[in-house]
Amino acid sequence: MAAAPLGTLRECREALDEGRTSSAALVEQSLARAEAHAELRLFVRLRAERARAEAQAADARRASGERRSPLDGIPLAVKDNLVRAGEETTCASRILAGFVSPYTSGVMERLEAAGAISIGTTNMDEFAMGSSTEHSVYGPSRNPWDPARTPGGSSGGSAAAVAAGIVPLAIGSDTGGSIRQPACFCGVVGVKPTYGRVSRWGLVAFASSLDQVGGFGRSAEDAAHLLDAISGHDPRDSTSIPEPAPRCADALDGDVAGLVVGLPREYYGDGIEPGVQGAVREACAQLERAGAKLREVSLPYAEYAVATYYLIATAEASSNLARYDGVRYGHRAQGAHTLSEMYRRTRSEGFGAEVKRRILLGTYVLSAGYYDAYYRKAQQVRTLIRRDFEQAFRGCDVIATPTMPETAFRLGERTEDPLRMYLSDIYTVSANLAGIPGVSLPCGFSQGMPVGLQLLGPPLEEARLLRVADAYQRTTAHHRARPPETQ
Amino acid sequence: MSAAPHPVYEVVIGLEVHAQLRTRSKLFSPAPVTYGAEPNHAVHPICLALPGVLPVLNGRAVELAIRVALASRCHVQPQSVFARKNYFYPDLPKGYQISQYEEPLATGGWLDVRMPDENGGARRVRLTRIHMEEDAGKSIHDAAIAGDATHVDLNRAGVALLEIVSEPDLRSPAEAAAYLRALRSLLRYVDASDADMERGNFRCDANISLRRHGESKLGTRTELKNLNSFRFVEAALEAEILRQAGILDAGGKVVQATLQFDPASGRTRILRLKENADDYRYFPDPDLVPLLLSDAQIERVRAGLPELADARCERFQREHGLAEDDARLLCESRALADFFEAAASRHGDGASLANWIRRDVLHALAEHGLEIEQAKLAPAALADLVKRVREGGVTAQSARALVPELVNKGGDPLRLIQERGLEAVSDTGALEAAVDAVLREHAGHVERLRAGEEKVRNFLIGQVMKRTGGKADPAALRRVLAQRLGESGS
Amino acid sequence: MSATLREDVERVAALARLALSEEELSRMARELEAMLGYVAALERVDTRDVPPTAHVVPLATPLRDDTPAPPMDPALALANAPESDGSSFVVPKVIEAEEEG
Repeated sequence: MAAAPLGTLRECREALDEGRTSSAALVEQSLARAEAHAELRLFVRLRAERARAEAQAADARRASGERRSPLDGIPLAVKDNLVRAGEETTCASRILAGFVSPYTSGVMERLEAAGAISIGTTNMDEFAMGSSTEHSVYGPSRNPWDPARTPGGSSGGSAAAVAAGIVPLAIGSDTGGSIRQPACFCGVVGVKPTYGRVSRWGLVAFASSLDQVGGFGRSAEDAAHLLDAISGHDPRDSTSIPEPAPRCADALDGDVAGLVVGLPREYYGDGIEPGVQGAVREACAQLERAGAKLREVSLPYAEYAVATYYLIATAEASSNLARYDGVRYGHRAQGAHTLSEMYRRTRSEGFGAEVKRRILLGTYVLSAGYYDAYYRKAQQVRTLIRRDFEQAFRGCDVIATPTMPETAFRLGERTEDPLRMYLSDIYTVSANLAGIPGVSLPCGFSQGMPVGLQLLGPPLEEARLLRVADAYQRTTAHHRARPPETQ
Repeated sequence: MSAAPHPVYEVVIGLEVHAQLRTRSKLFSPAPVTYGAEPNHAVHPICLALPGVLPVLNGRAVELAIRVALASRCHVQPQSVFARKNYFYPDLPKGYQISQYEEPLATGGWLDVRMPDENGGARRVRLTRIHMEEDAGKSIHDAAIAGDATHVDLNRAGVALLEIVSEPDLRSPAEAAAYLRALRSLLRYVDASDADMERGNFRCDANISLRRHGESKLGTRTELKNLNSFRFVEAALEAEILRQAGILDAGGKVVQATLQFDPASGRTRILRLKENADDYRYFPDPDLVPLLLSDAQIERVRAGLPELADARCERFQREHGLAEDDARLLCESRALADFFEAAASRHGDGASLANWIRRDVLHALAEHGLEIEQAKLAPAALADLVKRVREGGVTAQSARALVPELVNKGGDPLRLIQERGLEAVSDTGALEAAVDAVLREHAGHVERLRAGEEKVRNFLIGQVMKRTGGKADPAALRRVLAQRLGESGS
Repeated sequence: MSATLREDVERVAALARLALSEEELSRMARELEAMLGYVAALERVDTRDVPPTAHVVPLATPLRDDTPAPPMDPALALANAPESDGSSFVVPKVIEAEEEG
């Protein structure tokens, strides 16, 4: 019989504090449940023995009265793009097969210091390039709400592992929506912090000026604790914000009275599934009932966000992925006689189609004669998109939008049409271009599949976003819904 | 090879110099900077471009780069940007080099260089730009080591370099060499670089073109790569002038290309043509935000600059009464100028010290292939020695003989003089005996001198010197000789 | 699809050190064409006098002290290498000028 789903962080924490369970028991339950849901292909590697040993240490700590953080002794899952010394990290790519990092990422150091226990690394789109977790060398992940559908991506494994009750918390990364979109599709809370809030040291880069590590939880409160654990300055990351990060969990007072919620008119137009539109509108109405004020705002350059994003992200990626050359680590093609042949064969064998597609586009837009027309132009439009948000936030405290214009699509439905896949990122990519924080939280269902409400805030205001999300969850129950087969 | 101007063509040369900045750790990685370590013994995950690593800029490298920029009168930019230069090579771990491209650290300075054929004057060589970048690792293709493969050592990967680009203001290989020497001196003056070509931390690429004398339009230029010794620079440029002149003489056109000098054949060889050049796809490195420098930061660096060669040279002429040539020679190297100044503070006769340094110390250094920093000779020791000569306590000849030993082994010259019995013989009794003996032996010469053949006197003095082992005090000797010859006065 | 675009893809694939089959080449050219068609929308945006955004962090680059860290254990540095001789990374022979940067 499959193990029961794990509760929220709060529930696990209380059970631990009251002595009703142990970290060892939570980790066993987590591992058992991961095994029982192997068919969803959410994990690429379980670290069962290490997790068990860490759980024992956590239990010993608790016995001696020591508690490192609210996450101490709590099992969680980590996307396969954060390195940890002595352990394999592959970004779901053949080109990193067998790569064992000699060093540990800043995020994993903080999670270790907080006492959190990773039970394993989760499936993802190769190098975080994708919106469906289908572009993985390990095969596609499936959505716990409907295994015929995608959990979203690229952090699909992490989002689905939380939705399936395998872990209360999970770590993901978000370059153009890779946390918020799967959070939306899987009916969990996903937080993409302000660019620079969480260390990128040891995060395998996709697009450096857009990448940001964040996390998933079933409630805004859980997500706040997770964010608190991983936030803060890291001198090894030149883009890390030096100011100390305020604790988000302390800001959840349930009060949204007088808060101005901006609704960008460009985000509520055509092309939104009616069920999504309805659920998001109802969520905004609920906030209004709780005392918030709704106000229409405008983001005039929103329609250019996807084009801008794909030019910048692929350009950076083409350069970031040049290091996978078969020289120092990872896959190398066998039997090449010249260096040139080795490079070409290694990279052609090692990268999947989506990664190659993006490397080619990125190389193209940076190449001689095209730089100004594409890359530089995109950087200029990026400025306009940032200004859009600066302007909008003069008239509101947070912006509320649908996370996605639709619910989770079917596996295989978009793999042959990359452009269509890219276009579904329309509501998420702007936050990355502007570097602002974003949260996706479940706000209902459309034809049985979860719908996500996206909240965007000014830089460094993730606490405000989580306060709003938490206030919403205090009066609604969508976040407590479980996928049918996992109830 | 000749330094004379080409009869038909004017030679136009611009140089790009890469100087390794004198830092303890690398430009973007805390890995140590070493020389001669075992392969891959001085690396960090950043040097290996492991997945997830990020660069953080070395503040000391920035400071040294600003020093060079200020010393060469460049304008230090309030904002400069690091860009990625993308290309594949096994010793370039990230697949890109972090460099500065559209927005370099500094622009528009100059160096006043004493050119070999400018009759002692200096000429201004303009600098286009100065920027920071990281070095690549080393690919070893040598079959004896790597067999049929290529070996890659990443110890050097990421070491901080300064690239200094000159305008095409140089008109001959000898001028190029003179500019390089001036630049090397400047880099060492401000402690920014060891600038040691042998160790590969001062490397040079050259752009060179020819045009007919009087022509204002520049000819098609070629680029000479990796000119890694002063000898090479001149030889390679001479060879390329010959090659280009040959093409032009035959009515042909020089093709834009990158060439390499082959010292064995003494010829330049085309590596690749411009049209095959890589497309480097420069773009701002998203892992690094712009380097912002306030006026206050720049002024702090300026305040810490040592007195530079030109100013010091003028001061040496003024304060120590040195000839311009001597002053300039001493100031070419900061260490040498420091040495002189330390010696002069102990013994005030700067002109005489300069003379000793130029004639004896530099000679001894050259003999042993040493730099002044490596010499065991202390400034005070040289001052004491020169002072003793001046006081007549030792002859110049004896003192000079001691210099090579002092340079090599050090020691107290006054004690050496004593221990070896080199004190000048000024004691009249001993001198009279020696003079008398010489006069007896060379009676014929004495006759000639008395007959008015004055030059014979020097012969006789020389013979007395020989007899006293060079220790005779010259003034005393002349006096005694005159007396014994029955001359009056003197 | 234009012949130029196909040539562009070949050129770009060579720059990116990717070997593409004829089929991949055609497909990538088609997809690139679609993407370029889509991003051409940016041409409509007036960006005169708009500065480019390369970074969203309003920071100057931080400077690190020049303090060397102990180097990696060389065995660890080479541990992931597909081929090494115990001290250097080993790669197939570089054919001169072919890969020169």
